Amino acid sequence: MSDRPDTPILEIDNLSISFFTRAGEIPAVTDFSARVMPGQALGLVGESGCGKSTVALGVMRDLGGSGRITAGRIRFRGRDIAAMSEAELRGIRGAEIAMIYQEPMASLNPAMTVGRQLAEVPMLHERASRRDAMDRARAMLADVRLPDPDRILRAYPHQLSGGQQQRIVIAMALMARPALLILDEPTTALDVTVEAGIIRLIRELGRRHGTAMLFISHNLGLIRETCERICVMYAGEAVEEGTVAQVFAAMRHPYTQALFRAIPLPGTDKNARPLKAIPGNFPLPHERPQGCNFGPRCDHFRAGLCDLRPVPMEPVARSDGHATRCLRHREIDWSAGADAGPGRAPAPAGEVVLEARGLGKVYEVAGGPLSRGGKRVVRANEALSFTAREGETLAVVGESGCGKSTLARVLMGLETASAGEVYLDDRAIGDVPVQRRHRRTVAQMQMVFQNPFDTLNPAMTVGRQILRALEVFGIGADAAQRRARMLELLDLVKLPRAFAGRMPRQLSGGQKQRVGIARAFAGNARVVIADEPVSALDVSVQAAVTDLLMEIQRAQRTTLIVISHDLSLVRYLADRVAVMYLGHIVEIGPTAAVFAPPYHPYTQALLSAVPIADPGVEKTEIVLDGEIPSAMEPPPGCPFQTRCPRKSDVPDNRCERELPALRTMGDGHEVRCHLAEEHLRAMTPVFRAAASG
Amino acid sequence: MPGFVIRRLGTMLLTALCLTFIVFALTNMQPRLETLAKTQGSARMSDAEVQSWLAREGFDRPMLERYGEWLGVVPGWTREQADGTLRGRCIDRAGDAAAGTRCGVLQGYWGSSTRFNAEVGAVIGARLGATGMLMLWVVIVMVPSALAIGVLAGMREGSRTDRSLSTVSIVSTATPEYVSGVIFIALFASSTFGLSPLLREWGLMEANTLFLGNARSAMDRITFWNFTLPVMTIAMYGMGYIARMTRASMAEVMTQQYIRTARLKGASFPAVVLRHALRNALIAPFTVIMLQFPWLLNGVVIVEVLFSYPGFGWALVEGASNNDIELLLACSVVAVIVVLATQLISDIGYAWLNPRIRVG
Amino acid sequence: MAGALPMLLGAFAACAAVALMTRGAGGAAHGLHRAALAGVLALGAWILFDGLVLHGLAADPDLEQLARGQIAGRMIARLWPVWAALALTFAVSLWYRRRLGLYGKLFDSPIGMIGFALVMFWVFTALFADLIATHDAIAQISGMRNAPPGTALPDSGARGAFFLLGGDSQARDVFSRMVMGARDVLAIAPAATTFAFMVGITLGLPAGYYGGRLDAVLTFVANLVLAFPVILLFYLLVTPDIVATGLPMWMAAVLFLFPVIFLCVLWNSRFANEPGRRNLLVGVTLVAGLWIYSGLAFNADPLGLWGMSPNMLNVFVAVVFVNAPTVFRITRGLTLDLRSRDYVAAGQTRGERPVYLMLWEILPNARGPLIVDFCLRIGYTTILLGTLGFFGLGVSPESPDWGSTINQGRQLLTVHPHIAIAPAAALMSLVLGLNLLADGLREESLRD
Repeated sequence: MSDRPDTPILEIDNLSISFFTRAGEIPAVTDFSARVMPGQALGLVGESGCGKSTVALGVMRDLGGSGRITAGRIRFRGRDIAAMSEAELRGIRGAEIAMIYQEPMASLNPAMTVGRQLAEVPMLHERASRRDAMDRARAMLADVRLPDPDRILRAYPHQLSGGQQQRIVIAMALMARPALLILDEPTTALDVTVEAGIIRLIRELGRRHGTAMLFISHNLGLIRETCERICVMYAGEAVEEGTVAQVFAAMRHPYTQALFRAIPLPGTDKNARPLKAIPGNFPLPHERPQGCNFGPRCDHFRAGLCDLRPVPMEPVARSDGHATRCLRHREIDWSAGADAGPGRAPAPAGEVVLEARGLGKVYEVAGGPLSRGGKRVVRANEALSFTAREGETLAVVGESGCGKSTLARVLMGLETASAGEVYLDDRAIGDVPVQRRHRRTVAQMQMVFQNPFDTLNPAMTVGRQILRALEVFGIGADAAQRRARMLELLDLVKLPRAFAGRMPRQLSGGQKQRVGIARAFAGNARVVIADEPVSALDVSVQAAVTDLLMEIQRAQRTTLIVISHDLSLVRYLADRVAVMYLGHIVEIGPTAAVFAPPYHPYTQALLSAVPIADPGVEKTEIVLDGEIPSAMEPPPGCPFQTRCPRKSDVPDNRCERELPALRTMGDGHEVRCHLAEEHLRAMTPVFRAAASG
Repeated sequence: MPGFVIRRLGTMLLTALCLTFIVFALTNMQPRLETLAKTQGSARMSDAEVQSWLAREGFDRPMLERYGEWLGVVPGWTREQADGTLRGRCIDRAGDAAAGTRCGVLQGYWGSSTRFNAEVGAVIGARLGATGMLMLWVVIVMVPSALAIGVLAGMREGSRTDRSLSTVSIVSTATPEYVSGVIFIALFASSTFGLSPLLREWGLMEANTLFLGNARSAMDRITFWNFTLPVMTIAMYGMGYIARMTRASMAEVMTQQYIRTARLKGASFPAVVLRHALRNALIAPFTVIMLQFPWLLNGVVIVEVLFSYPGFGWALVEGASNNDIELLLACSVVAVIVVLATQLISDIGYAWLNPRIRVG
Repeated sequence: MAGALPMLLGAFAACAAVALMTRGAGGAAHGLHRAALAGVLALGAWILFDGLVLHGLAADPDLEQLARGQIAGRMIARLWPVWAALALTFAVSLWYRRRLGLYGKLFDSPIGMIGFALVMFWVFTALFADLIATHDAIAQISGMRNAPPGTALPDSGARGAFFLLGGDSQARDVFSRMVMGARDVLAIAPAATTFAFMVGITLGLPAGYYGGRLDAVLTFVANLVLAFPVILLFYLLVTPDIVATGLPMWMAAVLFLFPVIFLCVLWNSRFANEPGRRNLLVGVTLVAGLWIYSGLAFNADPLGLWGMSPNMLNVFVAVVFVNAPTVFRITRGLTLDLRSRDYVAAGQTRGERPVYLMLWEILPNARGPLIVDFCLRIGYTTILLGTLGFFGLGVSPESPDWGSTINQGRQLLTVHPHIAIAPAAALMSLVLGLNLLADGLREESLRD
C-alpha cells in the first residue's frame, strides 16, 4: 500500500484517554490532536506522567483493561482505530504500525532466540515459511548493522549488549516495512555513545524506507536531531505544536520556554547564566488546576484569565502550522531573557581537602552456580590520582561500567582500596572501612544517592531519618536541639517543615532527593559525593536540585564530587572534570580545558554524542563502533583502543601494547593518549556556532 | 557443572550423616531402648531383665561406637552368650565367620528391622516400590492439572475464570490430607452415607461402595476403584499450592514488556500465551514442583496410614511407633536423598528451562 | 461439616451485607460478586452435606430427633456471642478503616474481609467457648454413643438438651468438643508461629546480611531440619519418653531465649545514643522476658502466672522447631534483596552498626511479606497440630483438639462420619480463613 504524500498516515483528533481504577476515573490525555504525514517524524516531548506514552498506546489500542478512549478519534490511513475488530487490529499491529520501547532487554522474550522472534513477524503477517522468514531476518540484521548475523540469530537476548538488543528491537519493528513507527524513549536506557549510534541508524532507516515516525522522548535534543515536527505535552495536553525550527527558535508557550531554560545548553554557565528551575510540582492527574494546567507554575500567569476555563489550542500568527495552548501568547515578550538574578562571581577554590594517589580497586567475582571457572577478577579502578579542593566541584564522567560508582564506594569506605591511598586532609582513609572511621571523618564525608525511590527508608518518617543522622554524628546536646537542627536542615533544602512527619511515599522524586541532601549535610559535611544526583529526575526538577546543591556548596564551601554520565550537566556545574573509561582516568583538568580541544579521542566522542537542543549550535559527528569491553577482560594497552577512531594515527601499534601515560597539556589538563602532540593540537572543537543563526 | 554436582553430593552426604546421627541419638535414648526391650521381650520384664536383654542385643555399649558399626566403619560387636554361642551384629547375618568384620551401610547392610523381623534393605525396598506407584499416579494427576489451572487463571488476571480457579486452589491448599481423606471416604466410600447408597438406590451401581476406602488391595493390583481416593487426597493438597505459584508466575509474565511486544507484533492471544508466555511462566513453578516432592512424603505418610496402604510412609509410622531403630535410620536416609536429589534436579532443570543462566 | 457450614453461611452473609453497605457502586459489585461466589460455594457444600450425610440418618424412634433445619438454627443461636462480637468488630473497623493502616485496608478487599471474618469467627468461638458449648467436652453421657446429629439426651425431658452434632464413640458431644477444640488450637498455633518467627528472623537477618560462612552454616542447619520428614521428627520428639529425658525443656530453653535476645538487641541498637532510655527499655524487657521465660521454658515461674504442661511444651517446641527454618529462609531471602538498597548504603555511610541496619533499616521494610507469611504459617501450624493429633502424638486422649478428634472419628468413618467431619470442617475453615486473609493482605500491601 502506498500513501499519497498529502494525506496523513495518522490523524488524532481531540483524543481523550482515561484510566478507570478503584479510585475513580484518572484522565491521562485530554483533547489531544496531531497528525503525521507519510515519511515525516513527529516528536512528542514532555516530562514523565504527561501522557505521551498513553498517546502511543492509544494509537496501538493497547490500553489494558482499565484504559479507555473517552472522546475523540484516532484514524490510521483513514480508518478509525477504535472501530476495528480484534482481527483487523492484529493485521495492523506489527505490519503497518510497529513500536520500539525504552527497555530493549525487557521487550525481548528471554526464552526465545533472536531469530525466532524476528522471523515471527513475516510468519504472522505474510504467512512466510520459516526458512523465508529466517532469510528475511538475516537480511534485516545486516540492515541494522549487526555483525555476524548467523550467530546473533541463534543467540538469546541476554547474550547481547544493550545496544545490540535495541538494534534487534528496531529490526523486529522494521521486518514488515511498517508505514508508521512509534518509538517510546528508544535510547533512554542506553549509554550516550551507544545512543548516538542508534539515533543515526533510526534516522537513516527512516529516510531510506520513508517510514513515518512518532518519536516520544523527554529529551529536547534528541527530538531536534530526529524530527521535523514537535509537539510539547504537559499534564495530559499538547501545549505547543509546530515544526522543530519554529518551536526551537520561536517558542510560544511559557512551559516550552521554561523547559529550555531548565536544561543545561552549551551556553549556560553556573555563574554567569545559571539555569532557571520551574517552580512548583508537576500536578497529579486528579489535582490539575482549573483553566490552564501550567498556570500555577507560570511566570506569566494572570488570575481571572488563565484560571477560568480550559484553554483551547490557538494558531500562532505568521507561523504556519504552529499552535499553542496559551491565552497570553500574543502579549508575552518572548525575547526577554530569564530573570535569574545577577550572575555570581565564581567561588575561588581553597585548600586541597581530598586527594587520591594511585587508587586501585580489584574485585574477585565468584562464578555462577553452574559456571565451571573459579573466581574472576574485575579491575574496577586502576591507579586513579586526583585532588579536590575546598568549595570546588569535581565531576567524574563516564559511561556505565567505567568504575565511577566503585570510586564513590571506595571514597566512602563502603569498600577498601586494593592499592594506592586516599587522604582526607592529612588522614589516610583508603584502607579504613567506614565502620572503623572516626565519627568526625564519617560526618565530614557524606553521599547523595542516585535513585530517589531508594534513597530513603520507606518505613521511617522523613524527620526521623534526618534525626537519626544527627544522633549518629553526635550533633546537638539533646533531642530538642536535634529536632531544631533537623527543621533547619529542611529549611536549607527548601522543604516545608511539615514534611518532617511525612513518610517518603508521600513525597515526589525531587522532594525525596532534597531530603537525601539534607541528610548528607546533617553532620556539616565537608565533602559530599553525589552519585548521579539528578539523573532519575524530570528535567524541570533537575535544575532545581542542581541549583540547591550549588547553593549549599557556596554557603558552606563544600567540596562536591559529582558522578555523572550527563556531559551537559557536568559542563554546567563542574569546576574540574575527570573522564573515566574502563577504570582509568583518560582525561582530567579544568572544565573549560577538557571541553575544548585538545581532547582525548574518547572525550571527543562523548561530547559529540550528546544531543543538543540548541539550534544555534552545530556539532561534529563522531559515532563510535563496538561496545564497551567488559571490566573482567580489559583489552591490553590503552583501554580505549578497541573503539578509538584515531588508533591508526599512532605508529607501531603502540595503542595495543602500552598503556599511555597521563600527559600534561598545560594548566592542570592531562590526557592519557599516545597521539602525537601535533595530532592533539590539531583537533577542532566539537561544538561550533551554526553558520546561519 | 561436574564440580557443582560433586559439591551437591558432598552436601548430601554430610546432611545424611548429621541427620542419621540425630535419629540414632534420639532412638537410642535410654527410655526408648527400655520400651524397645519390653516390646521385643515381654511387657512385664523387670528392670534387671531389661538390662540383660539390652546387653544381649548389644545395646549396652557407647552410642558413637554403635553408630560407627551401623555405618560400617567399626567392626560389628561380638559377644559370647550365657549358653556359649557367639552372637554379634554381623554374625546374626552371615554366621560365625563374620565375627570381627565390619557390616554396615558401607558394606551394603542396613541392619535388621525389629518390627518386621527382616532385613531393613528388603523392607524398605518393597515399601518404596509400593509408594513409588502411589507417587507416580499422584504426579500424573497433580502436575498437569495444577499447571493447567494456574496457567488458565493467570493468563487473564482478575477475570471470572481467574477468580473461580483461584478460589478452587485456595480451598484445596486449606485442606490437609487428613481432612480431605476423611471427607472423601465419608462421601465416596461409605456404604451407608454419601454417594454410594444413592447410586445403589438409583440402580447405577452394584457394588457396596463406589470407591474403596482401603487401598491394601492395590498392593496386588491397582484399579481405578482402590487407588483413586488415596491419589486424589495427596494430589489435592499439593495441587492448590502449585496452581497458585503457577498463577502468580503466569500473571507476572503477562505484565512483562515482551508480552506487549508480542501482542503489538500482531500475535493473537492464544499465540501470545502459548509461544511467548508459557515457557517463561513455567520456570518458577518448576522449582516449586520439585521442592514439593519431599513434602509430598508427609502426605504419603498420612494417606498410607488412613487408607492402610503398606508403603514407605506406613512403614515409617510402624517403625516410629515401635522404635525400630535401624528401619528409622534407613527411612531418614531415604528422606535426605529425596530432599537433596529433588533440589539438585530443580537447580539443573531451572538452568535448562532458563536460557539466562545456562552454562555457556 | 454440619457445625461449620451454617456458621460459614452466616459469615458470608455478613460480609456480603457489609460489602453492600460500605462501598461505592463499582466496589459493591465487585465485593458482592466475591461474597456471592463464596456464598454459593458454602451453600453448595451445605446442600451436599445436607442431602448426602444427614439424608442417610434414619431417625431413631426411641429418641427425640431434631430436623436438619432445627440443628442449624440451634447452632446459630448458640453462637450468638460470636455473631455479636463479629458485628462489633466489623462495624468499628469499617468505621475507622482509613486510620488503621494495612489492617484498615484489608476491608477494601473482599477476599481479605471473608478471610478475616472466618478467622475472627474461630477466635471469638475460642474466647466464648464456655458460653457456646452445650456440654462438658469430656463428659460421657450414657446412651449417646455414636448418636446421630440432633439427638436429644435420654433424660432431658422437656428441657430439650440435644447433642447438636451427635455423639462420638465415647458418648461425648461432638459440637462442644469442636468448640472447645478451637480453644486448644488457637492457644498454640499463633503463639508457636510467633516464636518460630522470632527464631527465624533473629537468625535470617544476619545470615542474609553478612553472607559468607555464617550464612553457609545456618543455611545448612536449616536445610537439615527441613530434610527431616516432619512426621518422623514428631514421632521422635513428641513422646512421653522424650519428656522424661528433658530434651524438650532444653530445646525450649534455647528457642524461647530468642525473643528476649531479639528485643534487647532491638532496643540497644536503636537507643545506643540515649543510654537512659536504652537502659530502661532493655531492663523492662529483661525483667518481663526472663520472668515469662522461666515460666514457659522451665515451668519455674516464681509467681506461678506463666506455665505450660510438659506435654504442651513438647508440642509447642516441636512445632516451633519445624517452622523456624522456613521463616529463616524467607527472612534471609528478603534481607539479601533489601541489603543492596540505597537507604542501607546511606546507613552504612553514616557509620551505622550492622545490627541497627538489620533491625531498623531492613526488617521494617520486609514486614509486608513477613506479615503475609505469618498468616499463612498460622494456618500451616494448625495443620501441623492436626497432624500431631491425627497420629495421636503429644496430647491426652480426651483432648478435644481437632486433630485427635479426627483421629478418633476415622475408625468409624464409614458408619458414623459426623464424628470426624465436624472437626475436619472446622479445621479446614480456619485454615481457609487464614489463607484468604493472607491473600487479602498481600493484595492490599502490593497496591500501596
